[in-house]
Amino acid sequence: MTLRRTRALHHLLLIAFSVLMMYPVIWWVGASLKDAPELSLPTLWPSKPHWENYIEGWKFSSEYTFGHFFANTLLMEAANVVGGVLTAAAVAFGFARLNFPLRGFWFSVMLLTLMLPGQVTIVPQYILYNHFGFVDSYVPLVLPHFFGGGAFFIFLIVQFIRGIPRELDDAAKIDGASVYGIFARVVFPLVKPALVTVAIFTFIWSWDDFFAQVLYLSSVGKFTVGLALRMFIDQFEIAWGKLLAMSLLSVVPSVILFFFAQKHFVEGIATTGLKG
Amino acid sequence: MFIAPWLIGFLLLTLWPIGQSFYLSFTDYSLLSEPVWTGGANYAKIFGGDPTFLQSLRVTSTFVLYSVPLKLLFSLLVAMLLNRSLRGMNLYRTAIYFPSLIGGSVAVAALWRNMFGKEGYINQVLAWFGVEGTGWISNPDTALGTLILLNTWQFGSTMVIFLAGLKQIPQDLYESAAVDGAGPIRKFFRITLPMLSPVLFFNLVLGIIGSFQMFTASFVITPRGGPMLSTYVYAVYLYETAFKHYQMGYASALAWILLVIVAVLTALNFLASRYWVYYETEGGRAK
Repeated sequence: MTLRRTRALHHLLLIAFSVLMMYPVIWWVGASLKDAPELSLPTLWPSKPHWENYIEGWKFSSEYTFGHFFANTLLMEAANVVGGVLTAAAVAFGFARLNFPLRGFWFSVMLLTLMLPGQVTIVPQYILYNHFGFVDSYVPLVLPHFFGGGAFFIFLIVQFIRGIPRELDDAAKIDGASVYGIFARVVFPLVKPALVTVAIFTFIWSWDDFFAQVLYLSSVGKFTVGLALRMFIDQFEIAWGKLLAMSLLSVVPSVILFFFAQKHFVEGIATTGLKG
Repeated sequence: MFIAPWLIGFLLLTLWPIGQSFYLSFTDYSLLSEPVWTGGANYAKIFGGDPTFLQSLRVTSTFVLYSVPLKLLFSLLVAMLLNRSLRGMNLYRTAIYFPSLIGGSVAVAALWRNMFGKEGYINQVLAWFGVEGTGWISNPDTALGTLILLNTWQFGSTMVIFLAGLKQIPQDLYESAAVDGAGPIRKFFRITLPMLSPVLFFNLVLGIIGSFQMFTASFVITPRGGPMLSTYVYAVYLYETAFKHYQMGYASALAWILLVIVAVLTALNFLASRYWVYYETEGGRAK
């Protein structure tokens, strides 16, 4: 086979595969604009788009609109991202640059927690939050992000900091910078690409962290978008057009983020995955 | 101290709960009254014939057994397809990664529930070809399969890690193999696979751990464990025991059994890795 033909074949394979992967999503967009009778036809696209799916779906509950649930979720996300980025950066700096007793030990412990199934700690955590009256509030959802943002992110930033030449730290030290100065003025600005990755992942993962949301939020007024969608699904007669429209809207924030920071995204997963 | 946030979080939200759940697993505790010490009663009940425990374990093992290898296989194949410099590669990569971006959400679970329903899109397409489909989600024989399919559809992160691993394999290895007359299949088994084995190992370990915890898809697509509990995964059983029936002690025992299972599997994985994972820097097979 000539080089050109292999190439063409390669493109063909990739196109076929991409279409296969995207097909459900494309159908989803079409289906969200269909009315009920048309939803039972095997067509990909509605003959006439029913935008009212979006308008009526947005106001599906008599008490709250989806705007309310979006606001709830975005507010929670803002706290998570800020907490995760700041504390993960600080902790990673500690592990990567400072000497303290048992550093190696704690670092291994931290990596070990990566493999710990979350379900093991969930019951006592719930009891703890319940004890302090934090159940049905955002505290259990937000607080963990202020404790270093998770082992995965700390590890990611540690790997990144290790790639920054130590001479920069030393130069700053000679100029009279304290450890805090080095962190704030030298390392923090340099790890920005890694922090962007952390921010994006924090956002998307806590958006999808359905388990914790089901567990800790019970009053409808505090519901996140995910919980609102489930409430929608649990209705006796599911209005599929509207549900599909709203669920499509619910992934829009993650998708926008993804397209803005696509490069970081892929590189971020790659660095952590490899250098372990 | 810089690591203080993590350390506090670890002690408060990880280490203490692990110990606490170990203690609770020997008690009867409903959250309303004080825990009552019952010795090994919870464990005796679980192992002495709790049919729901066995069922959820069976479902979860099946899920892990199918979805982990399928995902690894798919992501490796696609990573190899993507590991070329062709025009439009970014576009392909985005399209293939896209489902993984949104895959864990309730939204996609809703989508799946509709597509695989009795009147859903899959059956409409099948009807075109004159095949009458079943209600994929309401049929106990196929319900778990749809969840495995959903999980496999989201192989993006695994694939990206493979891709990064492939990019690190030195090209001259392939060139000298070509000089020696090795064909593509031989190159794959003699170069790609051994060089990629640490990455494969990483993906395998995390894949198994992750699959054991599958929750959202089962919970949203097939509420209450699906038809004849055919999708009643372990995480859902644990959730219902603790937060629907408020049997905190029993749920803690379930959690500890999960921990032991996952730990044993991971340890076995690490042991087995000595025989197949190749670390280049150590000049041969790992010690």
